[in-house]
Amino acid sequence: MERVSIDEQQCKSCGLCVSVCPVKILIISDRLNARGFRPAQCTDQDKCTSCSSCALVCPDIAIALYREVKA
Amino acid sequence: MAEEMKVIYERPRSWANKVTHYCPGCTHGVAHRLVAELVDEMGLLDKTIAVWPVGCAVLGYEYFTFDSVEAAHGRAPAMATGIKVTNPDNFVFTYQGDGDLASIGMAEIVHAAARGWPITVIFINNGNYGMTGGQMAPTTLLGQKTTTSPLGRTPQTNGFPIRVAEMLAQLDGPAYIARVSLDSPVNIRKAKSAMRKAFNAQVRGIGFSMVECLSTCPTNWKLTPVESMERIRKEVMPYFPLGEFKVAQGVL
Amino acid sequence: MSDKVLMKGAEALAEGAIQAGCRFYFGYPITPQNETPEYMSRRLPEVGGRFVQAESEVASINMVYGAACAGVRVMTSSSSPGISLMQEGISYISGSNVPCVVMNAMRGGPGLGNIAPAQADYFQAVKGGGNGDYKRIVLAPSSIQEGVDLFVDAFELADKYRMVVMVIVDGLIGQMMEPVEFKTKVDVSTLKTPEWATVGRHGRDHANVITSLTLDAAGLEKWNLKLQAKYAQVERSESRIEEYQMDDADYAIIAYGTMARIAKTTVRVARAKGIKLGLLRPITVWPFPAKQLQAYAPKLKGALTVELAYRQLFEDVQLALCGKIPLGWFGRGGGVVPGPQEILAAFEEQFGKGR
Repeated sequence: MERVSIDEQQCKSCGLCVSVCPVKILIISDRLNARGFRPAQCTDQDKCTSCSSCALVCPDIAIALYREVKA
Repeated sequence: MAEEMKVIYERPRSWANKVTHYCPGCTHGVAHRLVAELVDEMGLLDKTIAVWPVGCAVLGYEYFTFDSVEAAHGRAPAMATGIKVTNPDNFVFTYQGDGDLASIGMAEIVHAAARGWPITVIFINNGNYGMTGGQMAPTTLLGQKTTTSPLGRTPQTNGFPIRVAEMLAQLDGPAYIARVSLDSPVNIRKAKSAMRKAFNAQVRGIGFSMVECLSTCPTNWKLTPVESMERIRKEVMPYFPLGEFKVAQGVL
Repeated sequence: MSDKVLMKGAEALAEGAIQAGCRFYFGYPITPQNETPEYMSRRLPEVGGRFVQAESEVASINMVYGAACAGVRVMTSSSSPGISLMQEGISYISGSNVPCVVMNAMRGGPGLGNIAPAQADYFQAVKGGGNGDYKRIVLAPSSIQEGVDLFVDAFELADKYRMVVMVIVDGLIGQMMEPVEFKTKVDVSTLKTPEWATVGRHGRDHANVITSLTLDAAGLEKWNLKLQAKYAQVERSESRIEEYQMDDADYAIIAYGTMARIAKTTVRVARAKGIKLGLLRPITVWPFPAKQLQAYAPKLKGALTVELAYRQLFEDVQLALCGKIPLGWFGRGGGVVPGPQEILAAFEEQFGKGR
């Protein structure tokens, strides 16, 4: 399961998450969503530190964050 | 070894899960999200009534799952007063932009603050009238070009910008007045903590509270969302300093 | 309460509103109706209500709007210039389909005018004032007792139709004293919070939203048609008129409020002189009792509209009776109130000696 889950249909391609990610794993993809925006995408889930910066700046509430815990 | 996924962040329950009409990168969405998170975290969903403004947030009621009313331009604090008086146990907040609150609605906000009755105001300061196409607002900075100050705002022709938080903090009525910025993850965390105090000032019945949020308007500023965030730090914050301007006893 | 008490109009009307279940009042001082908010500020706390002095009439009406959204019986009162400031709010309240009562103690205008009795806000009250296609029910009592009684109807009609109900009086009714009886006392504990009210969800499975905004044109047209259907229903059901000495009348005076009160004396004086004059007094000026007026047309040789304004009521009379019978008009403005003889003289000038 993903650590960074981006709801591509909510994303408006503003790029704020890309600009604040400290480990530089977010990019603007070259796909188009239904509204014609190119949604943000995570390039390396394993590198996510769960710092929440992307979710904090996202104006479209498009990002959910998860972290594995030992059961 | 079995693994489970712990939720670090998910959408708030008070969020209606629609795509907003806001422009890409506009921080209205951030302020909306903080409101929704706090309504969830403080268990206020069932007792919240939001009063929406005229301006970009005019459709705010579309995006939340609590009760809402839509005010006339600038009149949200008066409407909120009417609602709070009839239902003192409910949680009533207004959400207003700078044209709405600091220009046409200045009388209503000042007197709501002076009465000091426990309502909460989320005030979005993005330095222009976003919805109508980027005209000069009471918060437009000196030198800033807008569609109605095409050569840049000057004191001679347009007067000076108004620092609402400092002004209202001079009154005895308010319990909590703060200015925050939505420009970065760290400041957004601080913004949420200020909003929590503002919500608490009402929930604990202490008094009027307002959080002024320095916000972006990338479309009318003609900057990218990322450049807009930088502009807040470089140009807006020096004129509109962040901080708590009034914290009454018992606000936490 | 069934005994008569002697009360000043502006205070009796306030008590009438309270007896009608009003528990919330928002207002701003303006002459000639200050006794109404003053009375409310004393009385409402005694009955578990709230009085709020707002920073302006603009704020008053928007506080009323907020309270109306919560589904309570709420009112404001003001006088002409203040009512002008409330037009924005009245339009929003009408566009949002929530109920409230607004009282206007009309004074001389335009502008600051004066504080003397007038009826020059007739058009503003019945035709519009704010933006958009909306109507309010407008009640026009001509005595303190009638005003008190009509306040019960005002709140019931407001709730029934989810409309703004205006009660229009003037400084004369507000300032004089008359014996008055409070016949109906509404038990507010029996008033239920409407299901549309924005009072917090409290377990409701959906959010209530109250707005006057509909961005899409087809949607707003649909909403307007719904409002129009409601207004048509009100026009069919709620128009009221008092018929005074009309059984054998050859001529009628058409007047409302204070002016009708004075015209009643004119009718008596005229009848003493052998003129078969009667009075048709609209109690609702919107909906205008056009049908009731029209019913008299075959029997009448003419009608004189009398008002404290310049051909405002007369316009509605013309719309109802034009071409059916000869119509005359007499009015005074600026706060000048004509006496019964002056009205009779105007009648005789326009209709001969009425024979």
